[in-house]
Amino acid sequence: MAETMLEVEGLRAGYGPAEILFGVSLRLARGEVAALMGRNGAGKSTTLKAMMGLVPPRAGRVRFAGRDITGLAAFRIARLGLGYVPEDRRIFTDLTVVENLEVGRRPAEGRDLWTPERLFEVFPNLASMRHRRAAAMSGGEQQMLAIARTLMGNPEAVLLDEPSEGLAPVILELMADAVLRMKREGIAVLLSEQNFDFAAAVADRAYVIERGEIRYDGSMAALDADPALRAQHLSL
Amino acid sequence: MSVEFSFLLVQALSGLASASSLFIIASGLTLVFGVTRIVNFAHGSFYMLGAYVAVTIVPWLLQIERSPTLFFAGVLISACVVGVLGVLMEILLLRRIYKVPELFQLLATFGVVLMVQDAVLKIWGPLDIPGPRAPGLRHGVMILDQRFPAYELFLIAAGPVVLGLLWLLMHKTRFGILLRAATRDRDMVGALGVNQALLFTGTLFLGAFLAGLGGALQIPRVSASAQMDLSIITEAFVVTVIGGMGSIGGAFLAALLIGQLQAFGVLIFPKITLVLVFLLMALVLVVKPWGLLGRPESAAGHTALPEGIMQPRGFAVAEKLLLLLAVLAAASVPIFGDTYTIKVATEVLIFALAAFSLNFLVGNGGIVSFGHAAYFGLGAYASGLLVTKLGMPMEPALIAAPLAGGFFAALFGFFIVRLQGIYLAMLTLAFAQIAYAVCFQWVEVTGGDNGIVGVWPSAWAASRSAYHYIVLVAAMAGILALRHVIYAPFGASLRAARDSAQRAEAIGIDVRTHRWLGFTIAGAAAGLAGGLYAFSKGSIDPTLLGIPLSVDFLAMILLGGMQTVMGPVLGAAAFHSIKDVFMPLTDHWRFLLGASIIALVLIFPRGLGGAYAALRARFSGGAP
Amino acid sequence: MTLLVVENLNKNFGGVVAARNVSFSLAAGEILAMIGPNGAGKSTSFNMVGGQLRPDSGRVLLAGQDITGLPPRAVCRLGVGRSFQVAQTFLSMSVQENLQMALIAHAGRTRDMLARSSALYRDEALALLDQVGMAKVADRPMGALAYGDVKRVELAIALSGAPRLLLMDEPTAGMAPAERAALMRLVAGIARRSAIGVLFTEHDMDAVFAHADRILVLVRGEIIAAGTPEDVRANPEVQRVYLGTSGLRAALRARAAAHG
Repeated sequence: MAETMLEVEGLRAGYGPAEILFGVSLRLARGEVAALMGRNGAGKSTTLKAMMGLVPPRAGRVRFAGRDITGLAAFRIARLGLGYVPEDRRIFTDLTVVENLEVGRRPAEGRDLWTPERLFEVFPNLASMRHRRAAAMSGGEQQMLAIARTLMGNPEAVLLDEPSEGLAPVILELMADAVLRMKREGIAVLLSEQNFDFAAAVADRAYVIERGEIRYDGSMAALDADPALRAQHLSL
Repeated sequence: MSVEFSFLLVQALSGLASASSLFIIASGLTLVFGVTRIVNFAHGSFYMLGAYVAVTIVPWLLQIERSPTLFFAGVLISACVVGVLGVLMEILLLRRIYKVPELFQLLATFGVVLMVQDAVLKIWGPLDIPGPRAPGLRHGVMILDQRFPAYELFLIAAGPVVLGLLWLLMHKTRFGILLRAATRDRDMVGALGVNQALLFTGTLFLGAFLAGLGGALQIPRVSASAQMDLSIITEAFVVTVIGGMGSIGGAFLAALLIGQLQAFGVLIFPKITLVLVFLLMALVLVVKPWGLLGRPESAAGHTALPEGIMQPRGFAVAEKLLLLLAVLAAASVPIFGDTYTIKVATEVLIFALAAFSLNFLVGNGGIVSFGHAAYFGLGAYASGLLVTKLGMPMEPALIAAPLAGGFFAALFGFFIVRLQGIYLAMLTLAFAQIAYAVCFQWVEVTGGDNGIVGVWPSAWAASRSAYHYIVLVAAMAGILALRHVIYAPFGASLRAARDSAQRAEAIGIDVRTHRWLGFTIAGAAAGLAGGLYAFSKGSIDPTLLGIPLSVDFLAMILLGGMQTVMGPVLGAAAFHSIKDVFMPLTDHWRFLLGASIIALVLIFPRGLGGAYAALRARFSGGAP
Repeated sequence: MTLLVVENLNKNFGGVVAARNVSFSLAAGEILAMIGPNGAGKSTSFNMVGGQLRPDSGRVLLAGQDITGLPPRAVCRLGVGRSFQVAQTFLSMSVQENLQMALIAHAGRTRDMLARSSALYRDEALALLDQVGMAKVADRPMGALAYGDVKRVELAIALSGAPRLLLMDEPTAGMAPAERAALMRLVAGIARRSAIGVLFTEHDMDAVFAHADRILVLVRGEIIAAGTPEDVRANPEVQRVYLGTSGLRAALRARAAAHG
C-alpha cells in the first residue's frame, strides 16, 4: 500500500448541541483521489471542516503526513501543506482574480511551485479575467478560482468540498480535468461529492457517509461496476 | 453677491478641511473594525496621544531647524509611536477578547480610554498644550476676497492623499490584500495559511497610526487637551457608522458629508450642529441599516447561550433576610450616618435603580444600550427645568421625570429597536449624544455647560434624611416593579426574543413592538432615577447624559453580574461606594477604574452576582 | 377543504431563481415531504409558506384564507406551527418554561406585566411535553439537553398552538441515527391522530420514505416530480438527479481515459 498521506480515525464533531459526525474514519494515500459521497446533511462538509480545524473535533484523530494535526489552528494545518477548498467557495468577492491568488500564495520547499501563470494553463478561463473582481464571475469560474487559490499554497493534499455543485456539464468536465491534473502533480485529493458520475470519473477510492458514519469503504471501480451496491448506498 | 459667494466658498473649504481630518481618524477605526470586528473606543485615545506626542516631539525637532521637513517628520514619528501603542493594546488586551460578547469588548476598550486619560494627565499635566504652527504653512491664502489659512488647504489635500495611500496599500501590497480578504472572511484567510494574530496586530498598528496621524496633524489648529479623546471618538463613530462599518470608501464619503453639514449647519442652525450630525446618522441608519457602503453583519451563534439573565428565580429564605437587612441598613443610614454618608447612600439607591433599568434592557432583553445615561439625564433635566424655570414644586416635577425618560426612550427607541448588534449599540450612543448636545448647546434654557443650580426638594423633604427616605421608597418601588415585570410574561417575552427572535416570531410574538415597549419602560425608570438625582444634588448639568455616566451604568451591571436579576443593585452599591471612597484618595481614579473594568472583563466576566450564583450552585449541588 | 394550497410561488434572489412556479396542496392529516439537492429551493419555498420570506408572485392559502406575505407571527396565529433546521428554542429557560412561554404567546398574554409567568399554564405545558416524551426533563435547563431532546421539545413548542399545519425544516438534522426514526414516528403519530397537516423537508431518505404520504422533488427551484413514495422512487428523472447525469457520464469517462 502506498504511503499514507491523510488518516482520520473516529472523528466526532458538530455545531453547538447538534451532532453531525459519529466517528468517521478514512485514509488517503499519497497522490490518491478519494471521493467522500453521501447526501446533503450526511456529514461530508463537516468531516472536511473538522479535518481542517475549522470545526473543533470532539473526539478522534487526524494525521497528515505523519503528524497529528487534530485540533490545530486552521492556518497551521494549511502551512503544513493541507489545502482546503470550501463548499460555498468563499471567494473574496471584493478582490480580483490575481488578488485572490495572492491571498493563497505560500511558498513551499522542494516542490515545483504553482504560479498564477501555471494555474492559468490549468484554468484557461481565469487567464482572461485576471483583474476582474471575483464578485463579477460565474459560479464555475469562482469554483476554479477557489481551487487555484488553494493550489497557490503548494499543498501536498487538498480537501475539495463539493467541487461539482451547481456547475454546468461543460464546466464539470474542466473541473474533472483539474482534479486529474492535481493527481498527476502528485497531490492527494479528498473530495466530497454528490454527483456520482463526477466522483467516478476522478476518484480511485470511494467512501460513502450516511448520518455521520462511513457506510462504504472500497475502490471506486467496484462501486461503479456494481449497480446493486450503488443503489444500496446512494440511491433513494 | 461676490462677498457672499466667497464666504460660502471659504465655508465649504473649511468643511473640507475638517472632513479630511475626520476621515484620517475614522479610516483607522473602520479598518480595525472591518478586520477584528471590535469597536475600539480607545481609538479616540490614540488620536489624543498622537496630538500629545506631537506637541512634545515636534517643537524639539523644530529647535534643530524650523523646516517643514522636520515638522512633518515629527508628525510621522508621532503617528508611528501611537501605532506601536496600538500593537501593545492588541497583544495585551484585544487578543484576549476577540471571542467575548461585543458589550464586553466595548467596555474593555473604554477601560483603556480611562487609563489613557489619567496617563496623559500624569505625563503632560492638566493644562492644554498648544502646538507649534507648521513652518511654511503659517500664512494665509487669499481666496477671492477672503483669507484662508494655508495649513487648512494642506489638510484638505491630506485627506485624499491618505485615501490614495490607503488605496495603494490595500491594493498593491500583500498585507493590504490580506486585510481586504480578512474583512470579508477571516476564517477563510486562516484556512489559506495566514496567521490571523499577526494580521490583527498589523491592523492595529495601522489603525492606531492613522488615529495618531490625525491627532498629530491637528496640533497647529488645536491645543492638545485631555478632553479630545471622547469628543473625537463620537464623531469618528458617526463617520464609520454612516459610511458603513469596515468600509474605507464609505468613511470618506461620510466624512465629506459631515464636514459640509457642520460647515453650513453652523450658518443655518448655529445652536444644533452636533444634533444635525447625529440626526443624519439616525436618518441614514433608518434607510440603510448597515450604512452607506456597509454590508449586513452575518448572524452569528444563534445556538449559543445568551449573555444575560437566565431563569430568574425567587429569593431563598436567607436571601429574603439579606434583602431585609439591606433595606433596614439603607433605612437606618440617616439615624446613624453623617451627612456625607447619607448623601452617598442616597446616590447608591438612585444608581441602583438606574443600573437595574439598564440591566432590564441588556441582561433581560439583550438590547445593548450604550447611551442609557440619556434617559437618566433627560429625567433629571425635566425635573430640574420644571422646578427652576416654571417654579413647580418637587412632587409633580418628580412625576415628570419618568414621563420624560419614557417619552424620549419611546421616541429614540422606535428607531433603535429596528437595528441589530453593534449598529444598535451605536445608535443608542448617537441618540444619547444628540440629547447631550441639546443640553450642552441650548444655553438659554439648559444653562449649557454649567447647567442649572437650585433644584431643591420641597420644604418637607429638604433635609438630607427626609430626602433619603423619599429616594429609598421611590427607588425600591421602581426596582421592585421592574423586577416584577422581569418575572411577568412581558419580561419572559423579552428574554424569549433575546434567546431566539426567530422562535419568538414563530410562536406569535411581535418582537419589535415588545422590544420597543421594553426600551420605553427602561427609559422611564432611568428617568425617575435621574429626577431623584437632580433633587439630591440640587443641580443639573450635561454630564448627567454623558458617555462616562453611561459607561458607569454598564460597569455597574457588569460588576454586579448582568445575568442576575438583583446583581445590578449590588454592582451599583459596590461601584459607587468604591468610586466614592477611592476618588478622593487618589488622583488616578480613572486609571484604577479603567484597569478594574478591563480586569473584570478578562478575569471576572460574570460579575459579583455571577460569582455568588456559582457559589450558591456549588453548595446546593444544583445546576448553575 | 384542502388545508394548504400553494399556487405558482416565484422567488428570485438577485437574478438567481430560488423558486419557479411552485404549486402544491396538502390535506389535513396528510404528510408531505419536500426533497431535492442543496440549493434546490426547498428552504425558500418552505419559508414562503411560513412567512419568513415574501414571494415575488404567487399565493399561499391556508384553509381558504390568503396568507401570502404575512409575517411569521401572523401565520402562527392562524394555526401554523413550525420547527427550524437548527432547533430554535429559548436557551435561557427550562424545558417547561419554553412551553409555558409558547402557551403565553398563543394566549396573547405576552404584554402582561402583572402575572408571574412561571405560574402560568404549567399543567398544559407538562401535557404537551408528555406528548413528545419529555415530561421527565421538564425542570432541566434547555441548554443542558441532548440535541435530539431539544428537537423533541421544539416539536412540542410547534404543537403548543394546536396548529392545523406543521412546518418542519429538516426535523432530523443533527440528530443521532437512533433518535431520528423515533422522532419521525412521533411526528407521524401525532399528525394522524390530530389530523394535522405536515410539510417537511428532509435529507434522511429513510424518514421520507417511511412516513410521507406524498413527496415533492425540487430541483433548481422547480418541482420536477410529485407523487407517492413509490411513484417518486420509480421516476427516472428523480433517479438522474440523485445519481448524477448519465449523459455527462460518458463524457467524463472519456476524459478520464484520455488522462490515463
